[in-house]
Amino acid sequence: MAQSEQEILAGLADIVNEITGVAVADIASEKSFTDDLDIDSLSMVEVVMAAEEKFGVEIPDEEVKNLVTVGDAVSYIAKASA
Amino acid sequence: MSTNNKTRVVVTGLGATTPVGGTAVSTWSALLAGQSGVRTITDEWATDLPVNFAGVAAVDPAEVLDRVEARKLDRIAQFALVAAREAWADAGLTTVDPVRLGVSVATGIGGALTLLSSWDAMQKSGPRRVSPHTIPMLMPNSAAATVGIEFTARAGVHTPVAACASGAESMAQGLEMIRSGRADVVVVGGTEACVHPLPLAAFASMMALSRRNDDPASASRPWDKGRDGFVFAEGCAILILESFEHAQARGARMYAEVAGAGLTSDGSDSMVQPDPTGAGATRAIEAALKDAGASPDEVVHVNAHATSTPQGDIAEALAIRNALGSAIDGACITSTKSMTGHLLGAAGAVESIAVVKAIYERLVPPTINLDDPEDGLGLDIVTGSPRTLRDGSIVALNNSFGFGGHNVALAFRSI
Repeated sequence: MAQSEQEILAGLADIVNEITGVAVADIASEKSFTDDLDIDSLSMVEVVMAAEEKFGVEIPDEEVKNLVTVGDAVSYIAKASA
Repeated sequence: MSTNNKTRVVVTGLGATTPVGGTAVSTWSALLAGQSGVRTITDEWATDLPVNFAGVAAVDPAEVLDRVEARKLDRIAQFALVAAREAWADAGLTTVDPVRLGVSVATGIGGALTLLSSWDAMQKSGPRRVSPHTIPMLMPNSAAATVGIEFTARAGVHTPVAACASGAESMAQGLEMIRSGRADVVVVGGTEACVHPLPLAAFASMMALSRRNDDPASASRPWDKGRDGFVFAEGCAILILESFEHAQARGARMYAEVAGAGLTSDGSDSMVQPDPTGAGATRAIEAALKDAGASPDEVVHVNAHATSTPQGDIAEALAIRNALGSAIDGACITSTKSMTGHLLGAAGAVESIAVVKAIYERLVPPTINLDDPEDGLGLDIVTGSPRTLRDGSIVALNNSFGFGGHNVALAFRSI
């Protein structure tokens, strides 16, 4: 079941909020997980795990370092679930 | 009044979250009122266990802490953070030089709930679903480290592990850190959170727990002829220890002085059976008094380890009598475990708060459920209502003993 990038962004924002407490309104495509949202490496692993569950995709460990911004993650999930 | 040349160490802040109250203040009120915190575990998992009751924390720490903060902490660290914040505020501390601030927060078992739940997650969903926070949450030092991070402590963060004497060892370590000049302020205490089917089943297999499933509130009955084991409990207590000089300079309220600590080991042939002669416990009490420069005649009160086990309570009664000699007549004894149950690695810290408050308010909480005392105990045990302590300079003791033969006695003196 393909989801729009808008839906994926909303779902990802909920996950990031649940794990880190960052307000949903602050979570936008151009934001960097580490520099803008202050998400540490362990919490990033949690975000990836929760995203895999929620969107039914697999995000290999070696891909995670390429997911710099929220938009990078949205694009990856959209492609992987297409 | 100091009777030796050691640096004086005082208690300036108290915090707790226990089966009888979510704060040190409410815990103390409940102890004076003789209220039990022991209750039936209503979760489905407890139904078929040989023991289905415990001293469950009166207030869930996850409800007190911020949600995001709580989810990365094992329950031992959640308890510790709640209690440490109360103690810190109670002490009126604002800023402390970080390199002069230390932490010693003990635990008997550590983050076992995290270990168990992560294993459950792995069994169910595989290795890629094991939380990356598993290790930092299950480490026994996670509670101490959490407290250290909270207050930016840089003089050393430690976690004594000595089964049910752990909390008392943290008190002794904090005392030593200040006396040796390593710190001016040390956040000390103990925390335990293991109300889960596995530890309950394991302690029950040892025949260590009371089986009074039909009447949990009366299950912890130290020195009573009907006692049949201890009551498993969870929670935490934290105290702020401070050098007298440091406390005086900032005009802090001082509850009592931590005057001395005595630590011994049984060296006997059993891991879990108490030495029936209580010799190791006697030596610990004598050592604590010597360290405090106090004589047995000054002792007006003992908060006993007294967990409500058949052999342990008797051995400790003997140890107290032997250590105090004829001065036993001047000391009233209580076991607050009759109300809280046994908080294992947190017990020594919870009971240190009870002693410190007893000295400060000159009131000793009663031992509940002591309907039919053992014959020949030779102890003046407080029952019914709180006992008033006399005016003037007084000394009170707290005993803690742990599986493995660990004995710790602490001596406190009025300011």
